Amino acid sequence: MERIPILQMGEFLLVTIQVDMHDRLALALQDDLTNKIVSAGARGVLIDISSLEIVDSFIGRMLANIAAMSRVLDAATVVVGMKPAVAITLVELGLSLPGVRTALNVEKGMDLLRAAGGRAGGPAKH
Amino acid sequence: MSKIPQILREDEQQILAEWMRDMSSAEKRSDLINADDLRQQCDRFLRLLQQATQSGQLAEITGEPYALVRDFLSELSDSRARRGFTPTETAKFVFSLKKPVFARLRVRESGNADELFAAIQTTSELIDKLGLFTTEISQKSREAIISRHQQDMLELSTPVVKLWEGILALPLIGTLDSARTQVVMETLLQKVVDTGSAVAIIDITGVPTVDTLVAQHLMKTVTAARLMGADCIISGIRPQIAQTIVHLGVGLGDITTKATLADAFLVALERTGSSVRSSIAESNGKPRT
Repeated sequence: MERIPILQMGEFLLVTIQVDMHDRLALALQDDLTNKIVSAGARGVLIDISSLEIVDSFIGRMLANIAAMSRVLDAATVVVGMKPAVAITLVELGLSLPGVRTALNVEKGMDLLRAAGGRAGGPAKH
Repeated sequence: MSKIPQILREDEQQILAEWMRDMSSAEKRSDLINADDLRQQCDRFLRLLQQATQSGQLAEITGEPYALVRDFLSELSDSRARRGFTPTETAKFVFSLKKPVFARLRVRESGNADELFAAIQTTSELIDKLGLFTTEISQKSREAIISRHQQDMLELSTPVVKLWEGILALPLIGTLDSARTQVVMETLLQKVVDTGSAVAIIDITGVPTVDTLVAQHLMKTVTAARLMGADCIISGIRPQIAQTIVHLGVGLGDITTKATLADAFLVALERTGSSVRSSIAESNGKPRT
């Protein structure tokens, strides 16, 4: 089964979603990521969804869940590179992903994670 | 079987001649259309009508036999509207066909009052329908023009301007409805991606009223921008609008709001790490940063 790779960069984890997510892939990612956060002792997770074209309510909730789980494991989560169409869809679905930090691109996302620094899991920016 | 198709076929030339002769000057409008063109139109209309009536179908003009007549009338209505005819004049043109046709019917059915009456009624209804069809067409084309203008306004009225590196402004003017909000949202988000801006200011100085629906639309736009990683500031809230918002109990959530665009711009500069300094206050006159 295909899996989404999770890269480690220092104390941060980098997840780049390059394919269209389907439900099982999302569940596998949730599994892998939580395991990896624990095993690597990561303090931040950056999820790049700039290639994601299609989201449904399930994938939207998975993103929120993954962020919430990372927070429980004391790692800040930043979702970066959301496409306009995806953002509009999520809003129309009523999924505003509260508590998830967002940034325009990977660079700004990394800045945000570094700024969050040791205070991982603090309140969302806003 | 009605005699109408037969009369139209056999007396076509006579009807045409009478029609042309009896058409009043008000219907002719020789200032808008010359006699040759008019004659051509009459001739073609009559011929198509004649062909259509051969099917025996006289009660309805929506069917297959009348397809060519309808096409011709649409074209006629369009071309006449462009020349400056009013819809009434175009309809009158069609109605004026009644007189010559009735005259022919009278000649043919002279001995039989019942037949004559029935034939006149059928013809009258048929021509009425054709005339009304032209009115409907002109109304439709007018509606098409209106909706195109609306579309144009929609596009014109949502400019997204770049104020500074990383700062966008969206001055909204006019009432916000769902369709417009959708366009606003899409243009803003696309611009955020294109320019990589971290802050967007939505200025609602030009929005006459803010009700719960407008507020909800604004919230959606702001949330969508946040999902993409851009902060939104809402500015230009007039005193009355502030009162309405509170009276309606509309919560704008934790969105930053400012009274003027200038205030919002300062906040935006702060967030992007820049600041404005007056060059006069400082003796060495450093340019603003």
